[in-house]
Amino acid sequence: MEWESVIGLEIHVQLSTQTKIFSGAPTAYGAEPNRQASAIDLGMPGVLPVLNEQAVRYAVKLGLALGADIAPRSVFARKNYFYPDLPKGYQISQYDLPLIGSGQMDIELDDGTTKRVGVTRAHLEEDAGKSLHEGFEAMSGIDLNRAGTPLLEIVSEPDLRSAKEAVAYMKKLHTIVRYLDICDGNMQEGSFRCDANVSVRPKGEREFGTRAELKNVNSFRFVERAINHEIERQIEIREDGGSIPQETRLYDADRNETRTMRTKEGADDYRYFPDPDLLPIEVSPAFIDDVRSDMPELPDARKARFESEYGLSSYDAGVLTASRELADYYEAAAGACDDPKLAANWVMDELSGALNKEGLGITESPVSPQRLGGMIQRVTDGTISSKIAKDVFEAMWAGEGDADTVIEAKGLKQVTDTSEIEAMVDEVIANNPDQVAEYQGGKDKLLGFFVGQVMKASGGKANPQQVNDILKQKLG
Amino acid sequence: MHDKTIAELSAALAGGDVTSLELVEAYLDRIRRLDASLNSFITVDADSARAAAREADARRQRGDAGPLTGIPIALKDIFCTEDLKTSCGSRMLDNFAPPYNAHVVAQFKAAGAVILGKTNMDEFAMGSSNEASVYGAVRNPWHRDAVPGGSSGGSAAAVAARLTPGATGTDTGGSIRQPAALCGISGLKPTYGRVSRYGMVAFASSLDQAGPMARSAEDLALMLEVMAGVDERDSTAADRPVPRYSEALGQSLDGLTIGLPKEFFGEGMDDGTREAVNAAVAEYERLGASIREVSLPSSHLAVPAYYVIAPAEASSNLSRFDGVRYGYRCQDPQGLDDMYKRSRGEGFGPEVKRRIMVGTYALSAGYYDAYYRKAQQVRRLIRDEFVQALAEVDVLMGPTAPTPAFDIGSKSEDPVQMYLSDIYTIAVNLAGLPAVSIPAGESGGRPVGLQLIGDYFDEGQLLNVADQFQRVTDYHKRAPAGID
Repeated sequence: MEWESVIGLEIHVQLSTQTKIFSGAPTAYGAEPNRQASAIDLGMPGVLPVLNEQAVRYAVKLGLALGADIAPRSVFARKNYFYPDLPKGYQISQYDLPLIGSGQMDIELDDGTTKRVGVTRAHLEEDAGKSLHEGFEAMSGIDLNRAGTPLLEIVSEPDLRSAKEAVAYMKKLHTIVRYLDICDGNMQEGSFRCDANVSVRPKGEREFGTRAELKNVNSFRFVERAINHEIERQIEIREDGGSIPQETRLYDADRNETRTMRTKEGADDYRYFPDPDLLPIEVSPAFIDDVRSDMPELPDARKARFESEYGLSSYDAGVLTASRELADYYEAAAGACDDPKLAANWVMDELSGALNKEGLGITESPVSPQRLGGMIQRVTDGTISSKIAKDVFEAMWAGEGDADTVIEAKGLKQVTDTSEIEAMVDEVIANNPDQVAEYQGGKDKLLGFFVGQVMKASGGKANPQQVNDILKQKLG
Repeated sequence: MHDKTIAELSAALAGGDVTSLELVEAYLDRIRRLDASLNSFITVDADSARAAAREADARRQRGDAGPLTGIPIALKDIFCTEDLKTSCGSRMLDNFAPPYNAHVVAQFKAAGAVILGKTNMDEFAMGSSNEASVYGAVRNPWHRDAVPGGSSGGSAAAVAARLTPGATGTDTGGSIRQPAALCGISGLKPTYGRVSRYGMVAFASSLDQAGPMARSAEDLALMLEVMAGVDERDSTAADRPVPRYSEALGQSLDGLTIGLPKEFFGEGMDDGTREAVNAAVAEYERLGASIREVSLPSSHLAVPAYYVIAPAEASSNLSRFDGVRYGYRCQDPQGLDDMYKRSRGEGFGPEVKRRIMVGTYALSAGYYDAYYRKAQQVRRLIRDEFVQALAEVDVLMGPTAPTPAFDIGSKSEDPVQMYLSDIYTIAVNLAGLPAVSIPAGESGGRPVGLQLIGDYFDEGQLLNVADQFQRVTDYHKRAPAGID
């Protein structure tokens, strides 16, 4: 039987506000345990939450980016459960009246087509703290620094049909939150976390199968592997005539397997009810307009603009807009020269290669986009050849200054003096009589040989076009 | 001196007749001598009180004194006080000294009031008799075998016995007004949102409201001026100016319309209470008010709706008491579940556990619609009826409690009978309205309270109406025997 998988994702995005969602404590990562937890984060008696407006602003930003409904009135609810790192015994979240309603996002599939994925809702909530299980002998430690960090939980429709689509969706959302600058996107530190709901059904059937929820699959690679593994597991059970219990499963990256965390029979009843300590969030049209006026250009629009404005291919524009930082870098480099296509090639090939080799991000590049653009301009204006440009790039990477400085210091300026080139051409012709005879006998391919010899003689500095022209003329 | 009201003491301090330190020493002495038989204080903070009194006297020397500078007050032990035990009447918080002051506490300190100590209360404010305190029952100064009412029973008894001229209380379903009535003092529950809840240990967040307890309406006005106001730490606190309530007293009641909700005069009311309330109504007619009957037809639903909503919120609010970060933790826990179960099982008393269970049940999947949602619908209905009635009359009037103080132990085994002692006060919390209870005579030698209910944020008028009554009666001046 042919099976179809059905996947929906719940992604928790940590909003990069300066302070927590309901207290004035800072949100910075990595402080000593419990140094960034106020009385409110600690759930002390009598203290009260006060909503951080910045978190609402960020959530609305995402809502606008997803073309989603922004609720004029939404409500915080308490999700009640006991856990040592949940200080109040409840998490302040949103339940039946979320801030962001239904929206959508387009993802590109491998075959180049675009798929529209529905977003069910997105709601604000507070993060919990962390339990520490090492170094406390028979006890556990609690670190509440993270408690109260604002989260936006974004729930997709079950529109995804493969692990690859799920990854494409996750990557696109990651790109968008980075573009909006509402999340630092750091997956190791847990700023962008994913749970996946996975089920399978016989192809063509309308009913969904029973789903399993995969918890905390927190890298693009693991999401793909975990979902694929889960799909195979479910198909195997179904084909053996078994049924899938509704349950929550944990992905073990080391063993590449999922295992039961809790079943539906043991499911918690969270006893949601509206939080009486907080007023409903009222979002006015003026507020939405204000947020809209502050919206950056989003990846889809930027990609389209790169194609039309810089004449880039759809593929190149897609690569260069995959992150806001990369796109910013590219635009700065393209702006510093006259050949945006050449700039695109340099950013995607030489620069990306060098960065990958050193394990650096685009913002950590030792060569600034202005310097890269300046160097490309020297190629465009004929000062150096493309080949020499690679040496100049290496020197700039090593910190030897901008392109002009390197070219000057190393004497890399292209030779364009016709008489100088003519002299070298003459010498090459004189030294290779056999090849000259062959060429003149009709073996046109040998032109490349002569060009190579002249370039070699010039130390790579001769202008290749001129060499070509003069050779053709002299060889007749 | 101890028989004077806050207004009188304030004048005496201003006139140099007495110093704050002398006042504080006098009240500390009374507490030492008299409270053993009342049990109205959990903590007396004598050293800090003396230091604060000296500071208040110095402030007065500098010419920087306000009406409450140097005035001793007591705080219900539900208000967080920095570095001073805040127990909520519970074993759970017997070891708890918060690192912050409640907004109300900070306001009193800023005004120069002197905090004598923390008063006894029903555990986590859950009770109507002050028998549900881990520190033992409080006795009614008028009749030592009777309860003082609750949950602010310690504050009411302390004010009635002249152990403090004023005290704070909190009122979730009548916890200021009912003990004020049973102890023969005055108590105000302000409009929900009038006073910040920051630092007040939460029982039912949508109903809890702090208010003043004192001997006269004028004193309530002076205290409310300090307590009320916006606080950015409480999202539900109203951002409205605070009138000078004490300066708005003395207005004639000519033309005032008083509504008597007929549902407040039905079955179950004690005869003496009915006579006292009727006499008070007649007094108001003599003061120029016109009286009409009004109807609040859903009143009978208030107690059942309250006993869904309040426990539901409480079940969630009290989840933070888990033995992890502060408060009671059981000895030698065998793992996490054991720590939770025994810390909460041993830390909470029976009434608190009962309400946590009721509230947890009401919020459970499959029961939410039948209980919590239905109760919220009833709540809206009750509020709408009040709003409609208050569009027709200026103030609503009736008894505060159906009976005067009952004997200790007489209802403690029957929660429903206990809950019914708040039958006239609970609806007001559901509606979020302000209401005051003032002394209006007695029944069988025990004080009777008259309840006045006003429109939202109309505490000024409410206090004036109460004050006018006190200008022509002396019920509020009567003192119990045996407190000299």
